[in-house]
Amino acid sequence: MNMQHSNLSTVRANDDAQIHALMNQVLGETVTISRRAFFKHAGWAGAGLVLAFYVDEASAKTSNRDSNEQLFSPNAYLNIAPNGTITVYSKGPEIGQGIKTAFALIIAEELDADWQALRIEQAPIDQSLYGWQGAGGSTSIPNNWDVLRQAGAVTRFMLITAAANKWKVRVDECHTKNAVVYCSDGRSLSYGALANDAAKLAVPDAKTVKLKDRKEYALLGKRHSGVDNNKVVTGQSLFGIDTVLPNMQYAIYQKCPAFGGVVKAANLDEIRALAGVKDVFVLEGNGQATELLSGVAIIATSTWAAFKAKQQLQIEWDESRASKDNWQTFIQQASELAKQPGKENIADVGNVDDKIFDNAKKTTTSSFAAYYSYPFISHATLEPQNCTAWYHDGVMEIWAPTQNATQAIQQVAKLLDLAPEKIHIHQTRVGGGFGRRLMNDYVCEAAAIAKRVSVPVKLTWTREDDMAHDFYRVAGFHALRGALDDQGKLIAWDDHFITFTADGKKPISGGEMSADEFPGQLLPNFRLTQSLIQSGTPCGPLRAPRSNAVAFVVQSFIHELAVAAKRDHVEFLLDIMGQPRWLKPGNIRALNTGRAADVIRLAADKGEWNRSLPKGRARGIAFHFSHAGHVAIVVELSVSANKQLTVHHVTVAADVGLIINMSGAEAQAQGAVIDGLSNMFAQQITLQNGRVQQSNFDQYELLRMPHAPQVDVHFIQTEYNPTGLGEPALPPLIPAVCNAIFNATGERVRTLPLSKLGYTWT
Amino acid sequence: MTSLTINGKLITVNDVDMSTPLLWVLRDHLGLVGTKYGCGIAQCGACTVQLNGTPIRSCSVPLATASGQSVTTIEGLADETGKLHPLQQAWIDHDVPQCGYCQAGQIMSAAALLKKKPRPTDEDIDNAMSGNICRCGTYQRIRAAIHTAASKMEGTP
Repeated sequence: MNMQHSNLSTVRANDDAQIHALMNQVLGETVTISRRAFFKHAGWAGAGLVLAFYVDEASAKTSNRDSNEQLFSPNAYLNIAPNGTITVYSKGPEIGQGIKTAFALIIAEELDADWQALRIEQAPIDQSLYGWQGAGGSTSIPNNWDVLRQAGAVTRFMLITAAANKWKVRVDECHTKNAVVYCSDGRSLSYGALANDAAKLAVPDAKTVKLKDRKEYALLGKRHSGVDNNKVVTGQSLFGIDTVLPNMQYAIYQKCPAFGGVVKAANLDEIRALAGVKDVFVLEGNGQATELLSGVAIIATSTWAAFKAKQQLQIEWDESRASKDNWQTFIQQASELAKQPGKENIADVGNVDDKIFDNAKKTTTSSFAAYYSYPFISHATLEPQNCTAWYHDGVMEIWAPTQNATQAIQQVAKLLDLAPEKIHIHQTRVGGGFGRRLMNDYVCEAAAIAKRVSVPVKLTWTREDDMAHDFYRVAGFHALRGALDDQGKLIAWDDHFITFTADGKKPISGGEMSADEFPGQLLPNFRLTQSLIQSGTPCGPLRAPRSNAVAFVVQSFIHELAVAAKRDHVEFLLDIMGQPRWLKPGNIRALNTGRAADVIRLAADKGEWNRSLPKGRARGIAFHFSHAGHVAIVVELSVSANKQLTVHHVTVAADVGLIINMSGAEAQAQGAVIDGLSNMFAQQITLQNGRVQQSNFDQYELLRMPHAPQVDVHFIQTEYNPTGLGEPALPPLIPAVCNAIFNATGERVRTLPLSKLGYTWT
Repeated sequence: MTSLTINGKLITVNDVDMSTPLLWVLRDHLGLVGTKYGCGIAQCGACTVQLNGTPIRSCSVPLATASGQSVTTIEGLADETGKLHPLQQAWIDHDVPQCGYCQAGQIMSAAALLKKKPRPTDEDIDNAMSGNICRCGTYQRIRAAIHTAASKMEGTP
């Protein structure tokens, strides 16, 4: 526990390094599933789970018990019982992105299963079978597309082989539909009837099994309702916070409101004497915000008893090494830095200064400057952070609404000095992720508390805890210059990006920009420089990290330049894209200007870009490429004389390749639009003396139904493999709104949130 | 000790302080976890239940207020045979939920609205639902699902 004696920047640097490593892992992960996942195995009853209270696992065990005969389990993603029950396992966490439905659809498509009869369950957390089990970076679909298709196709091939052997016919004389194998002579056998015979066959190499052509798809691309919707609408136990165990007690954990403060003293005896309180103790922690900070745990007989006792808790904090961050100071620091050249060159192409911005040499160009900024924001998942843990028989058993269970095992093992195999995590449904639950601080806290008591403990954060101890979307500032040639063509771009740092060397997580930042790769003269401000505030990925803020800046400034050039914004954007080309062929994370141009045209067409509107009403457009998705958005809104805003209509055009579930895909885009409106309109986390000043939804407002516009979503289903959609529809929304506000009023929005500029909802 | 009617059944609650918010009585003492905690200050609506048919934020209503009254939670919305309420069915048909955490509260608010206004306009819906936050942004589908349920319920007693 020496960490506490390190200074704040060291501790925060360690935290931030962990988060960076995680993000690299998330974005770099390509699933090369271990061979073991493709060998036959016995099903979960024999997999050594100590206890299985979680409903899916419990039913998985029951199903195994029901059948005396062998399950056909050719791989870790599905099994078939002789009674015909087909069970599919979703390896990733369901955080609202619809992955449990999407994963099952991909398997079912290649398996030719009967979708309505399929059982779909949460897979156990087992890295040796599934690799990393988490959700982030819109990577779940692209990273698992091949392996899930193979899981279904291999199984189907084995079932056909078993049938062909039985009928003494060739494999190519058989075909499948709705979990039945048919022979060309009319005979048929159900998958269940073939399960025992198929189980005796060797599992073929997945690469040798033919996958379906797109035109053969019966399930993919259609509309499917979420597989757990019935449980959701009837209020069944699904989420982490719903976990109930025998003899369970309830905990809160109070940390220092200033990041990095340490408990010096607390009125523990008074708290212990309160009604309903079973125990109260200090945890020293290891100083890492990503794991366990110093704090006081109260254990009580109910959540409310714990919350009430928390109100009586008085803690004296040692804040000598705590954060002193102050938002007003940051604003001043940034504005000073913006007057100077950037400290570090990230990209420098062509000759931005000499040829473009040097007034003496300027002959045919005009240049423009602007200063943009955006605040820290919080994830505010509607299910507050929580976790249930039970330390028994040398095993730490955990029920967690995490986006990142695989890493939680490693973190708890290290923190509590337990062997990783002694940690069992039950993945629950997650009441909103948005990147917050890539961190496992609440899991570490619950496990550390459970290690001290002999019964299961559910830790619940209050909303106030949740807002005070997030890994925030980092704020940022951009001093921009752009230049046009005498044809009104964009020929130069200069961005001095002012961001924050934990270690004094590199940007904090979520605050990085790269050399291939749009529109850099498309211009002859482009420079990106960077300056850093030291911060002690934990920051991390939030839905569409980087892009959620940078798109506002870049796509608004592009519009400023289009206006300066007196050119139509759509035409200006298409001109920037130039000839259709994939900037790094084969790399899904590289811009394809052809796909970009197509979504821009589609958004303009569907959003009726060229239809005239009455005064005070206008449209705006923006494009952005992020997380492998090309998305353009047209917003139609009106602004009254006293800055009352009504967003009437939003049109989203996206190319993420093939669509898996049309209903889920549209929902992700619609949700991203609402999320974007929410975070641009009134959300801002401010800091004073290291403390977050907002504490609940009355001070940190989320969009409500009266302000939610109609959102229409259009996909171009190109021949590319499917990529993720949790994130890429969010970034273009904010600049599309700001550009529309300019078109309606002539006022350029260069700082967020809008409420600080006097805007209100109509 | 006090008693109240929950989802049609008379329930006696022992050893719970009368100042305890109804939310925590439901969740921790009665095991009805469908009603959710979101903010604790009646801002988000995740804890919405009906008290004598009126939508309330159970995080901010003490047990004392609900004592002797009739409470309906998401677990009690389907009929005795388990047949879903038309709103629940419409929620599935429109594939409304994303993360799903707010949806019990949304449905309970919507059910109270339809009792009062069997054929609500968009504006009626917006007003009645403005106390329920959906962090995932499912508002458009919630609106559509309420209209669908309303038209299905027309003609039913």
